[in-house]
Amino acid sequence: MSTLSRDEVARVAGLARIDLTPDELDRLAGELDVIVESVARVSEIATPDVPATSHPLPLTNVFRADVPEPPVDRDAVLAAAPAARDGKFLVPQILGEDA
Amino acid sequence: MSDDLTRISAAALADRLQAGEVSSVEATRAHLDRIAAVEPAVHAFLHVSDEDALATAADVDARRAAGETLHPLAGVPIAVKDVVVTRGVPTTAGSKILEGWVPPYDATLVERIKAAGLPILGKTNMDEFAMGSSTEHSAYGNTHNPWDLERIPGGSGGGSAAAVGAYEAPLAIGTDTGGSIRQPAAVTGTVGVKPTYGSVSRYGLIALASSLDQAGPVTRTVLDSALLHELIGGHDPRDSTSIAEPLPDLVGAARLGANGDLSGVRVGVITELQGEGYQAGVLARFHESLGLLERAGAEIVEVSCPHFTYALAAYYLILPAEASSNLAKFDGMRFGLRVEPSEGPVTAERVMAATRGQGFGDEVKRRIILGTYALSAGYYDAYYGSAQKVRTLIQRDFSAAFAQADVLVSPTAPTTAFKLGEKLDDPLAMYLNDVATIPANLAGVPGLSLPAGLSDDGLPVGFQVLAPAKADDRLYRVGAALEALLENEWGGPLLAQAPELEVAR
Repeated sequence: MSTLSRDEVARVAGLARIDLTPDELDRLAGELDVIVESVARVSEIATPDVPATSHPLPLTNVFRADVPEPPVDRDAVLAAAPAARDGKFLVPQILGEDA
Repeated sequence: MSDDLTRISAAALADRLQAGEVSSVEATRAHLDRIAAVEPAVHAFLHVSDEDALATAADVDARRAAGETLHPLAGVPIAVKDVVVTRGVPTTAGSKILEGWVPPYDATLVERIKAAGLPILGKTNMDEFAMGSSTEHSAYGNTHNPWDLERIPGGSGGGSAAAVGAYEAPLAIGTDTGGSIRQPAAVTGTVGVKPTYGSVSRYGLIALASSLDQAGPVTRTVLDSALLHELIGGHDPRDSTSIAEPLPDLVGAARLGANGDLSGVRVGVITELQGEGYQAGVLARFHESLGLLERAGAEIVEVSCPHFTYALAAYYLILPAEASSNLAKFDGMRFGLRVEPSEGPVTAERVMAATRGQGFGDEVKRRIILGTYALSAGYYDAYYGSAQKVRTLIQRDFSAAFAQADVLVSPTAPTTAFKLGEKLDDPLAMYLNDVATIPANLAGVPGLSLPAGLSDDGLPVGFQVLAPAKADDRLYRVGAALEALLENEWGGPLLAQAPELEVAR
C-alpha cells in the first residue's frame, strides 16, 4: 500500500499541531512507514459485508436527572492553568495577523 | 504468618486491622518505609504522599477505635497509577506536558477509595499517557523489574506492578487499554485484572482510547483483586458508558475457586495465541497450568479465533485514532505546559504546536501522527473504517468461542521481561508484547493475568484468563483455583522466589 513520505508526515504533524525538528521528521517518516505498512493488512479481511463496530458493548444514550450540581471549583482550575487573569484563562491571540 | 506487614496480602492485612492486631498507621508506615528503602532501585513511584496517607490511616484507626463500621479494606494502603486524577496530588500521566499539574477533582474510583478509607501511598510511574509496554516511555525515568533490575516491568502500568511486586504496596490501581494491567502483571509475577468495559468508571481517567480504556486492580493475589474490583467497580452516573447493573459476586467467586474444584468448567485454549513468537518456557508453563486445570475437573477444549491475527493491526489504527482526538486537549491553554514559539507571531495555534512539540515524547508523537493520518481525508475508509470492521470480526470470534467454553485462556505475554532498552528503537517489536491481551480490549471482555511459574530464564510467566462481558466472576473463580493449585506445587506464592532487593538504609 502507500508509503508515508517525509512531506506527508510533515503535513499530518501540522494537522495534529505538533512542531517537529528536522531530525524528528526523518526518524518518524521511516518508523511510520513501517507501521502503516504493517497495520494496512486490516483491509485484507474488511470486506463490504462486514459492519463496522465503534464500541465494545451495545450502548443506548443516557441522561442524568436535570438537577443542578456544584461545578468544579473555578479558582482551583485556574490555579492549574498556564496563565489566568480576572477569573478567566489568559490565552495568546487567537487569530494570526493576516486573518 | 509473617510479621512484616508489607509481605502479607491485602486480605490478610484487612483481617488483622479488623481484629485490632495492627493499626493502619503501622501498616501505612511499614509501606512508606519500604518505599523509602527500595525506590532508589525500583522507581515505581512518581509521587509519594506520606502525610496524606498517614493522616488517612490515623483517621481510620480513630474511627475503628470508636466502633464505627468500616469498609473491609479500610486502612489497607494503595498506590494509584498516575493516569488517574487525584485532587490536590500532582498527576502527570508520565508526561512532561502535565508536569506539576494538580487536578482540581478526584476520579470516581479515587472517591470510592477515599470513602472506604484506604490510605493512598502515591502515584505510580507509567508510559507517557499509557502508550507503551515497558514504562520506558515515561518522561520521568524507567521503572525497574523487581525480579531483575536490568529488565522492564512491563507497561504501561509498570509502576503499579513493580510497586506491588516489590512489596511497596499491597494494592494498586492500573488501567488497561491493550494490556497495560495484564502484561506488567505477567512480567513481574503479580496479578492484574482488566474488568469488562464499563465495569469500573472511567470518570477522571486521563483518556487514551475511550472505547478501549478500563481501570482495574493490580495485586499479589486473585482474592485481593476481587476485593479491590468490588470496591472501585459498579455503576457511575458520571460515565455514560458505565454498566448500570450490579457487579457479579467477585469475592464470592474467588473464595469458591480457591477450593480448587473446577468440575464442569469448560476452558477454551485459543489456537491463535500460542506457537510461533512465544518463548518455549512461556509455553511450557502455560501447558503445565492447563494440566492442573484439567486435574481440577475442568474440561479443556481447543477453540479457534481466526481473526485474532489481525487484532494488533486493528488496534494500532483504532487506538492512535482515538488518542489523537483525546490528546487534542493538551493545547497549552487550560492546564499543564505552555511553550511560546521562539520566533514569529505568538498565536494560539503556534503556541499549541510548540507546546506539543516540546511536551510530548517520541511514542506519543508517533501515535498521534499515525492516528491523525488514519483519520485524514482519503485514508479514513482504508484504515480506520477497515479496523472497525476487524473489530466486528474479533467480537464474532469471541462469541463463537464462548459458545464452546466458559472461559478462554492463553499466555498473557509471548515472552518474559526483556532488558531495558532492548526494544526501544523498534516500535513494532514493542507492540508485539500485547498480541495476546489486545483482543479483549477490542471486544470489551474481561481478562485476568496470574503468575504461572518461571521460564527457563528464571523470570515470571503470566497465564491469561478471559471471560464473556459482564461475567468477570468467572475470571476470579478460575484464577483463584489455578493460583491455589500452583501455590500448592510451589509451596507458596511465586513472588517468594524473587531475589531480595538491596535496600537503602
